[in-house]
Amino acid sequence: MSEPARPDGACALVTGASRGIGAAIARALAADGWPVAVNYRSDAAGAAATAAAIESAGGRAVIFQADVAEPQGPARLVDAVHAELGQISVLVNNAGVRADGLALSLSDDDWQRVLDTNLHATYRLTRAVLREMIRARFGRVINIASVVGPRANAGQANYAASKAAVIGFTKTAAVEVARRGVTINAVAPGLIATDMTEDIPTVLAERVPAQRAGTPEEVAAAVAFLASERASYITGSTLYVDGGLSA
Amino acid sequence: MAEAPTSEQIEKVITESLVTFGADPDAISRDAALEELDVDSLDLAELSQVIEEQFGVELSASDVAEIKTVGDAIDLVAERAK
Repeated sequence: MSEPARPDGACALVTGASRGIGAAIARALAADGWPVAVNYRSDAAGAAATAAAIESAGGRAVIFQADVAEPQGPARLVDAVHAELGQISVLVNNAGVRADGLALSLSDDDWQRVLDTNLHATYRLTRAVLREMIRARFGRVINIASVVGPRANAGQANYAASKAAVIGFTKTAAVEVARRGVTINAVAPGLIATDMTEDIPTVLAERVPAQRAGTPEEVAAAVAFLASERASYITGSTLYVDGGLSA
Repeated sequence: MAEAPTSEQIEKVITESLVTFGADPDAISRDAALEELDVDSLDLAELSQVIEEQFGVELSASDVAEIKTVGDAIDLVAERAK
């Protein structure tokens, strides 16, 4: 039995696509033929650059400003994307924040802000797209997790909690909808060279078996694969893109 | 909808959905228990969407939890669509 093909006129939504890994994911999905909704919270110039790169490569991109950490943000974003680009067949929950500190000194705000963006937005966005995906008998949700969560990283208890929870959410949501041709997977990047990691000492790269930081494009390649029809039998998985760090 | 749907119209939509979900068409009747038709919570969530689209009737999770048989579903939608 073959899986249904991706619906005509459907699009991909990438949150936090103004820079770094999200921007690379948006470009990779556009290169695979998806019209892409480029979401950003505050970096309008970055989102414009992502969209311009997609369009100059012959793809289609539309920019959507939304703070997905706000309780109503995800539903509003999904409605706006739907109105402009049609059915969302691929959702990439990429938007993420850090607010580092030792667990014994984290403030409630630092805890809440990280959970709101990294976990709660992932849940609310997934909920908002799943109904249509199960009707279409096709859908791809890809949640950007991290090696931090499955593994410890001192100073990131809030981040680790959020990313471990994303993996747990991914597994259970995946089995709930698996028989409708909808897959939900996580991608867990390791040390990736982006704005978000530029303050991390380069000596850390020496701990990576590959002896270097990864690139956003290397993470995007994994996401594009999971979004494709070729990945139809992969669901509930976590794909590590970490140069062997978690091996 | 301008006019409330008939019980027959509702039954047709519900039956078609149940068949789509994999229920045996010969086993579907008003008295058939959804559990015996292998209709589960995911199917009921999708059925709620179909009912909302077709008849403009929104069913809450607690409404859906009360539905045990095909007849329960038809009667509930008919009542709400009045």
